[in-house]
Amino acid sequence: MLYAILCYHDEDLVGSWSKEQDAAVMKKLAVVQEKLAKEGRLGPVARLLPTTAATTLRKDDPPLVLDGPYAETKEQLLGFYLVDCKNLDEAVDVARDLGAANPGGAYEIRPVGLFVPGSART
Amino acid sequence: MTDTAWIDAALTSARPQAVGALLRYFRDLDTAEEAFQNACLRALKSWPQNGPPRDAAAWLIMVGRNAAIDEVRRGRKQQPLPEDDQAISDLDDAEEQLAERLDGSHYRDDILRLLFICCHPELPATQQIALALRIVSGLTVKQIARAFLVSEAAMEQRITRAKARVADADVPFETPGAVERSERLLAVAAMIYLIFNEGYSASGDTVEIRKPLCEEAIRLARLLLRLFPSEPEIMGLMALLLLQHARAAARFDAEGALVLLDDQDRGLWNQTMIAEGLALIDKAMRHRASGPYQIQAAIAALHCRAEKPEDTDWKQIDLLYGALEIMQPSPVVTLNRAVAVSKVRGAEAALEMIEPLAPRLSNYFHFFGVRGAFLMQLGRNEEARVAFDRAIALANTSAEAAHIRMHLDRLMRDSKPNGKKAGK
Repeated sequence: MLYAILCYHDEDLVGSWSKEQDAAVMKKLAVVQEKLAKEGRLGPVARLLPTTAATTLRKDDPPLVLDGPYAETKEQLLGFYLVDCKNLDEAVDVARDLGAANPGGAYEIRPVGLFVPGSART
Repeated sequence: MTDTAWIDAALTSARPQAVGALLRYFRDLDTAEEAFQNACLRALKSWPQNGPPRDAAAWLIMVGRNAAIDEVRRGRKQQPLPEDDQAISDLDDAEEQLAERLDGSHYRDDILRLLFICCHPELPATQQIALALRIVSGLTVKQIARAFLVSEAAMEQRITRAKARVADADVPFETPGAVERSERLLAVAAMIYLIFNEGYSASGDTVEIRKPLCEEAIRLARLLLRLFPSEPEIMGLMALLLLQHARAAARFDAEGALVLLDDQDRGLWNQTMIAEGLALIDKAMRHRASGPYQIQAAIAALHCRAEKPEDTDWKQIDLLYGALEIMQPSPVVTLNRAVAVSKVRGAEAALEMIEPLAPRLSNYFHFFGVRGAFLMQLGRNEEARVAFDRAIALANTSAEAAHIRMHLDRLMRDSKPNGKKAGK
């Protein structure tokens, strides 16, 4: 089963990391990702630009375009992984590994109902 | 990441909110800063053991406030109180939530006020910048002195003076009205742009030392945009800073000489920053409320969108500078526009455009650099040489002078072999 691992963290804090700190975290995360990729379990991975770049469309009638992220929260959605796991235990283990590489904040683990690989060129 | 690195980042990111709130409580900058310092010291002691609090800013505000109040009490009683570390570890969730409620509603105006007091109109620009970097960003005097290439003592003095001026001035503590808030916002935006330019205008030999100024300006702009997420001009400012800084790695060669836009290795441009800048410009444009930062960002965006120099949409850049001229008439804007004009309509038209600027820009390095380049394109080499000589005399940095010398060398080379009459 595919699981989405949604990454939440305080973006002010992440933005205060020095370039070296940021690079160190990304390097550690890459190790976890590489392991998953080798096992053929790693789906798309995305790191999102800061919420200041976000726009929200409220599907009112007529739809309303708002500046900023959908929810004003203490911790923001900063990225996500899709990972193939046998069960929730396995997904939690993956999240633990990622968390050890990048402490702080939280991961929301959500089973994926429908997955369309898409065709966007990256 | 090590524990202390994590704590440093947390303290830095919580600083504007915490110092801003403490300033509101104590209405005195020194007291607020001291309270924050105390809170940081306790955080360094307590967080590694007890783990980080869920809301670092709220924790620091509460602890800082208590510490400062204790200090006052202690002074009054003339006797030391028992160690109060206990009180800190007692700071439970309920209090944390209270602190957050207390401050959540003021959060935005607290930070804006903190930024705004650094923009006091009586403070010269250099003092505004130094004060903001010290108070809001929390850089040490040593770090700021280094970035400004002055001694630590001189910078210490500059900051002390600025603080004294601010203390004498009336700092507005009441919640600002809408008009005042937007005035403050623009003053703060201008100050952030000053910080950026201080770093951006560095020459090749100092660019690494001064780069943190650009990074700090971007961080402050991001902070401001998060407080005012629907202000198109703040989006424009943020975009402008990102799009300019994205080219940082390509702006100087290995010898520290300035590399012009056309000659830059576009592979060195930071694509993540460009993506964010373009996204912000797109967002800002939807508001249909143009402003100088948005226009300048749009110009920078056109450069960033061109994969090769010859793909640059100079026609559009000319139009944008035209709009900027109307909004912010200045000979420097016209001079920049003339560069675009030279690409669209040729050097003759561009030269005609800048001739009237001569009296006002007679001491401006770039004026003579640009004029010389136009003249050179027209084959008027002797006049070009005179303009370049003047530019070198006016150069602010050795990199600027070296760059013009390169033009001069090319001029010599071009005029010698085929012995055109323009050469001597």
